[in-house]
Amino acid sequence: MLSIKNLHASIEGTPILRGINLEIKAGEVHAIMGPNGSGKSTLASVLAGREEFDVTEGEVIFKGKNLLELSPEDRAREGVFLAFQYPVEIPGVSSTNFLRTAVNQVREYRGLVPLDAVKFLSIMKEKIKLVEIDQKLLSRSLNEGFSGGEKKRNEIFQMAMLEPTLSILDETDSGLDIDALRIVSNGVNHLKSTDNATIVITHYQRLLDYIIPDHVHVLFEGRIVKSGAKELAMELEEKGYDWIKEEAGQSAV
Amino acid sequence: MTTVKTHKTTDLFISQLNPFNSFLALRENSLDLIKEFGLPSAKDEEYKFTPISKKLEQSIAVFAQAEETALTPSDVKTHIFAGFEGDLVVFNNGNYAPDLSSVSNEGYTLQSLKEADPSLLGQIAKAKKDPFVALNNVSFEDGVYIRVNRNSNLKKPILFLHFNQSNKGQVISPRILIEVEDNASATFIEDTVSLNEDVYFANTVTEVQVGANSHVDYYRLQNQSKSAITVNNFEADVARDAVFTSAVVSLRGDMVRNNLSLNLLDKGCEGNMYGLYLLNGKTHLDNHTNVDHTKPHEESNEHYKGILTDQSKGVFNGKIFVRQDAQKTNAFQQNNNILMSEDAVIHTKPQLEIWADDVKCSHGCTTGQLDEEALFYIQSRGIGKENAKGLLLYAFAGEVLEKIKDQAFREYCVTLVAERLGNY
Repeated sequence: MLSIKNLHASIEGTPILRGINLEIKAGEVHAIMGPNGSGKSTLASVLAGREEFDVTEGEVIFKGKNLLELSPEDRAREGVFLAFQYPVEIPGVSSTNFLRTAVNQVREYRGLVPLDAVKFLSIMKEKIKLVEIDQKLLSRSLNEGFSGGEKKRNEIFQMAMLEPTLSILDETDSGLDIDALRIVSNGVNHLKSTDNATIVITHYQRLLDYIIPDHVHVLFEGRIVKSGAKELAMELEEKGYDWIKEEAGQSAV
Repeated sequence: MTTVKTHKTTDLFISQLNPFNSFLALRENSLDLIKEFGLPSAKDEEYKFTPISKKLEQSIAVFAQAEETALTPSDVKTHIFAGFEGDLVVFNNGNYAPDLSSVSNEGYTLQSLKEADPSLLGQIAKAKKDPFVALNNVSFEDGVYIRVNRNSNLKKPILFLHFNQSNKGQVISPRILIEVEDNASATFIEDTVSLNEDVYFANTVTEVQVGANSHVDYYRLQNQSKSAITVNNFEADVARDAVFTSAVVSLRGDMVRNNLSLNLLDKGCEGNMYGLYLLNGKTHLDNHTNVDHTKPHEESNEHYKGILTDQSKGVFNGKIFVRQDAQKTNAFQQNNNILMSEDAVIHTKPQLEIWADDVKCSHGCTTGQLDEEALFYIQSRGIGKENAKGLLLYAFAGEVLEKIKDQAFREYCVTLVAERLGNY
């Protein structure tokens, strides 16, 4: 589904990603871990199409299309979803109207008829149960005045509404208490299917107790320096990242 | 002995004045003021960013009053915004046109100024404060005087509809005086139609007296031709426990100057000033506001927001006075601007003078571009970039539009704003 080859990206001339290679198949969950500053969030941003990053080398093929050539909105319409590490507060834009516009633009792109207000609301009511958000929140401006946990749950709710094929969760667990973490993870697990894939970017192994990854990758200094099964996450939790850094240092010599 | 200042634009106006045959005292005093002080020069601090005299000198060929144009009731009808229900007061090149108006006089009395000759005329808007008030004093032919009766709640708004068109003369001088007695409520809406794209200069003065415990809303839409030059002096005296709210939506014009002054004269009264300006092309808009807190427990809220593109220019100058007596004042002011092009300019200046020591005052202004992070967030959900921009800009503008309580007028403004923002 997603094939990343030798991806290099930089911001204002400073290289952040230095040759990422990653293959993701439908039905898989990949965890990307790594110390601060290793390039985890940059990878998420580049995949979603954030403009301040320059891709200097490499390619990203998503369902047979060159993802890097698409605008952020077309990536979303093709089925890429990024759950933001810091969801943006947008005063004056109602959550419901925003989401309805998004859903219908995505549907239009996919050749589906737009949902009318009634149909949209009934789907919304169904999906909102998944993340246990008070429906009143959705009559407010998008993310405005939401708590940290509410913002993250709202991201997963949006994901449920947009039905992506590739979901990228960028540190969705950071700052969540255990209840919110459980709710968010349940939501993600519920949306998992054999047709879609998930990239879970996290700093903490804790999330992976709830969302079980098929593969774990360690990102360090802009490269994937180690990949393994879910046990790798346990090992990282126990031993920290220093041994990874040492190994990476040695192989570079 | 007074020295008579020579000023080209001033002389051009004076030379074209009709002989005075009404409101003699008001007109003669004002003429003396104009002769003494002249219209604002480039050095005038109040008109520093708005070279109005130069603009008039360059753009206006005939400084005489425009003659009335041929207007039929059906012409008028086509220019009333959809859904409007209320009384209609039509102005034909600044003059009250009773034949085209539809005035119920229910709960209020409307008369022409000449007919009523109210002693209040010229007492609220001070000719000394702004030379264009003095200029209107010597120029207007006949305006309207509305008195809203004590304890009367006007259920429907009164619409002032101005039809402007250069016609032999190019100067238009509308004049409105509103006296709202105690315990009453009323809503006024003002809209202006430019009948063609020819240059004219409309110099309006509106005076409003808000009686004790009364509620008055006054909404204005400025959507004239791209070559219209206008100065609008609007001043309101607000009495004890009364609430006055102004909202101005500015969309078009060549050079537009709005002076808005609220005099909060007694305890417990409240003044609100809201403004939205969407400027494009070469439109130059200057909002000068002034709120004067004179007694304890008064409140004022001010929020002006603007979106500027192309080579448009905006000025915001907001003065708040809190006098020594005005303890426990709450005064809030905000001005936010989004610049959509490299060449658009905004000058924004809050001016607070506080003489009391127990007050809550705040002011803030922001000028920036569209929030890139918000834009990316919206796009990342599958919404196209142009659409995302429109959503953000509309949300920005919406905060002011929702202050307009008259539903039909709000929806009309919403439509015009959405149309404009759809172009981004």
